[in-house]
Amino acid sequence: MKLIKYIGLAIFLLGLALFSGSIFLGNFSMTDIQVDDYISEQGIKSDIFSKELKKTLVTEEQINIFEFSSAVRKALETSNNYYDKQIAKYNAEKNWAKKGEQYQYKIHEKPHTISYNLAKKAGSGFVKENIALMWWLTFGLGIIGALLYILPNVLLLGPPGIKNNGIYHKSATNRGWIAWLVLVYLVVFYLLLYFMPDYVVNWTYILDPISNTLNGGDASQWFVYGFLYCVIMVVMAVRMYIKYRHNKYQIMRTTSVLFFQIVFAFLIPEIMASLNMPGYDFKSAFPLDYDFFFEWNIKNLTESGAIGLFILVWGTILTIIIVPLMVYFFGKRWYCSWVCGCGGLAETLGDPYRQHSDKSLKSWKLERWIVHSVLLISIVMTIVTLYCYFTGAKSFIGINSQWIKDSYSFLIGAWFAGVIGTGFYPIFGNRVWCRFGCPLAAYLGLVQRFKSRFRITTNGGQCISCGNCSTYCEMGIDVRAYAQKGENIVRSSCVGCGVCSAVCPRGVLKLENDSTKGRINPNDILLGNDVNLMDLVNQK
Amino acid sequence: MEHIAIIGNGISGVTLARHIRKFSDKKITLISAESDYFFSRTALMYVYMGHMKFEHTQPYENWFWKKNNIELKKGFVNEIDTDNKVLHFEEGDQISYDKLVIATGSKPNKFGWPGENLKGVQGLYSKQDLEHLEIYAPNNKVCKRAVIVGGGLIGIELAEMLNSRNIPVTFLVRESSFWNSVLPEGESQMLNRHIKNHHIDLRLSTNLKEIISDDKGKVKSIIIEETGEEIPCDFVGLTAGVTPNISFLEESNIETNKGVLVNRFLETNINDIYAIGDCAEQREAIGNRRPIEAVWYTGRMMGETLAQTICGNPTEYKPGHWFNSAKFIDIEYQTYGWVHGKKGRPEYETHFHWKHDDDTKCITIAYHKDTKEFLGINTFGIRMRHEVFDKWLTEKWTIDTVLKHLQAANFDPEFYKLHEKDIIKKYNQDTNSNIKLSKKHWRKLFA
Ligand SMILES: Cc1cc2nc3c(=O)[nH]c(=O)nc-3n(C[C@H](O)[C@H](O)[C@H](O)COP(=O)(O)OP(=O)(O)OC[C@H]3O[C@@H](n4cnc5c(N)ncnc54)[C@H](O)[C@@H]3O)c2cc1C
Ligand code: SF4
Ligand code: SF4
Repeated sequence: MKLIKYIGLAIFLLGLALFSGSIFLGNFSMTDIQVDDYISEQGIKSDIFSKELKKTLVTEEQINIFEFSSAVRKALETSNNYYDKQIAKYNAEKNWAKKGEQYQYKIHEKPHTISYNLAKKAGSGFVKENIALMWWLTFGLGIIGALLYILPNVLLLGPPGIKNNGIYHKSATNRGWIAWLVLVYLVVFYLLLYFMPDYVVNWTYILDPISNTLNGGDASQWFVYGFLYCVIMVVMAVRMYIKYRHNKYQIMRTTSVLFFQIVFAFLIPEIMASLNMPGYDFKSAFPLDYDFFFEWNIKNLTESGAIGLFILVWGTILTIIIVPLMVYFFGKRWYCSWVCGCGGLAETLGDPYRQHSDKSLKSWKLERWIVHSVLLISIVMTIVTLYCYFTGAKSFIGINSQWIKDSYSFLIGAWFAGVIGTGFYPIFGNRVWCRFGCPLAAYLGLVQRFKSRFRITTNGGQCISCGNCSTYCEMGIDVRAYAQKGENIVRSSCVGCGVCSAVCPRGVLKLENDSTKGRINPNDILLGNDVNLMDLVNQK
Repeated sequence: MEHIAIIGNGISGVTLARHIRKFSDKKITLISAESDYFFSRTALMYVYMGHMKFEHTQPYENWFWKKNNIELKKGFVNEIDTDNKVLHFEEGDQISYDKLVIATGSKPNKFGWPGENLKGVQGLYSKQDLEHLEIYAPNNKVCKRAVIVGGGLIGIELAEMLNSRNIPVTFLVRESSFWNSVLPEGESQMLNRHIKNHHIDLRLSTNLKEIISDDKGKVKSIIIEETGEEIPCDFVGLTAGVTPNISFLEESNIETNKGVLVNRFLETNINDIYAIGDCAEQREAIGNRRPIEAVWYTGRMMGETLAQTICGNPTEYKPGHWFNSAKFIDIEYQTYGWVHGKKGRPEYETHFHWKHDDDTKCITIAYHKDTKEFLGINTFGIRMRHEVFDKWLTEKWTIDTVLKHLQAANFDPEFYKLHEKDIIKKYNQDTNSNIKLSKKHWRKLFA
């Protein structure tokens, strides 16, 4: 059994190495026609850009993706520099007409995005010619290896029960060098994905056939991400099923996030795209879905006929009515640990790292400041955007609409949610984003704290202050601080993952929905003691 | 300002200190020789098993004590001068007090076995015990086999711990079945099987004769009383119960028996000196309780009570209905009220027992054979609601009504399979009754 595990690990690592290494493969030269096609497709008017591209990329030589990317970026720079100089020149000459003319030649698209789009057409070589083989060597080996590593646990872990043995003895789960290595890998992955998609264009080839089947188009880096996301969640969900096989709450919850990720976040949007509809994730609620009210999205939706309108109405109702109503009845867990994609990844890929959340009072304070600020900013951003959309203004209350959208997308959308949110799993725990950054979580949290039937009930006086609950709370809630006082846990950040209840060795905690009366019960003296004494003290 | 000195920073001493601070601004000094900060003894096992780090066992952050103006003093008290109200420390210094509370907890029992003080032979009680465990039983290369002597709650925890590091364990239990002095037979038998399922070599009705040393003063093997069998081992865990940790009081004029003798106000024979927690012994046992109650909850409750007295509201220690809990490897156990094993069972106490086919869940309900009054419940593998049973015991429900409403007491996580129907079916068969399950919510029952 142990042997199978190690073989699995080796296969997985091989798959991972091939997957990572595949970005170095292939040749990326172009033909004149390809360049012209692209230029006209994009409506680029700069001759210099096209000339520069042809000069370096239309060649017999072998060009790898990094050389390709730098050539494209250089061409872009040369072109933009040229027209900048022209502008400066006409400016000095006070030749306004000429100056104004120059602006159309400038290219504003992000350099790596242009490079990506070109590379997608330009690539050739081993990966592109052996797509099926490459799929098996990367995704295939990865999945098989990971499953071989995980499945023997059914026997190795022994009878069903809490299986946390050795978590703090292992480098991978105790912030050792393996954990740091994983962190670096994940961070690099996200940086490439968000900011240098051209470097990983080879990955998109591997998924072109699947993408074509689903939505009729080639795979983009986002398709790769979506597919990988689903694959990782499925594999790690298998791990959850084995680890928590005695706990039906965990099994149901895992199945639910898996379902919503695969069907709602992945399949439905792809299929909608294939039907020429706007691809939309029906479960993704504003303000997590922060660009829902951006002009381009509203425009896109209003121009997409009935379905677009429906999405617009649905998205609004989801945020304003459905989400808070559900939180009232079930707590924010219905979203954060049963439906949400970010939550889904955190609860599957992130489960081995849940113990790393900081439980100190300090970090709780920090959390409240940051997460509520993000909520506020996302709302301000949306108000500014909508105001500008309807009035045609460029800014509102002194805030430039484009600037705030760009900054938010970059800082919150990419860095916080992606690079930090997932990249930092192995060291800072699996819910960094959900706890500190997610504006939707902040919103749901406010509802959960002040108007909800959900709470974690503490079982009278049974707590022995052991600390398992606090240690394994991914949201950094010091559950024990409440349990040892006999108090129910009512906290805005609790995502209802149920793990505190699962790991408690004394059966002290139960997540439940019940009447709001007596939900918050500050107890000074715990059940079990003299009844008069309890009354006396609790009256004060 | 009155100075309250508390010897012992365990659950009883700390609860007392916290509550005194809540009600007053008296000067408080919390003394311990064991650790700088309060930690939860009950979680020692999880540190060894790698579920937690030691710092996770500390319920309060380190700034807590200063913020609440509770002075911490590390040192071992080796003499109490009750006449001058002065504590003398082993380290040579001394402090004076106005009121003194002894909350020094327990130490593992040693019954004078030959070799009981060898290296590699120890109990499991303190932080130091944990550190020694890491020396003598860090893995199955250093420790090829471990022997545990004494089948109680700490013994089973130690067995689970060693097992988690793949160290083979031989578990010597004096009784004919695991913990059957406390548990009824059906439950005890189920646990025997559970222990064996985890590949622990459980030896029932087996006593330790002696522990044999190698030439370096470390344990080499043990010999079994009944058979004379010699079992080679590198570690021996002594877990045959605990006894109050009060030998430092021998010279003082504080009255002791096994523990420090106290009345219902937790006062000792000397004015202004009190004792709480594991080390306190009631002059007269309270109800069915033992005079010394070495459990977490009672330590906490005594601390809560004594804080009242010390802050000017003299209050008797009046614990409510008995409850307790434990975990036997994978099986959780809770108890409310009284369910007796063989030992000390009153003649009127009758049992109803139900066990699930999977052999990891069962319950036993004790009731009065004539009045059918519900006396208590043991539940294994099913969590139950403390508040509900507390009320049922106070209101003296009959077993029939308890069973009928059993679902209201269920505390298992959502979506768990419910077993009340099965349980009632078994009861109806056993007693020729015809009870039907009610699904009434527990709050409605008491509205
Ligand atoms: C492994 C283990 C698991 C347990 N599990 C459970 C459980 O699940 N449920 C349950 O109810 N109970 C459990 N118990 C029992 C429970 O931990 C004790 O009842 C409780 O800790 C007693 O608290 P206390 O405050 O009376 O004393 P302690 O916690 O023992 O604290 C006494 C402190 O005083 C110090 N001290 C003693 N003498 C001196 C001196 N002369 N000078 C200075 N300092 C001194 C000691 O070093 C110690 O730090 C467990 C115990 C152990 C060891
Ligand atoms: S308090 Fe419990 S249920 Fe809530 S997030 Fe923490 S571990 Fe999960
Ligand atoms: S895990 Fe359970 S017993 Fe331990 S501190 Fe938390 S609530 Fe208390």
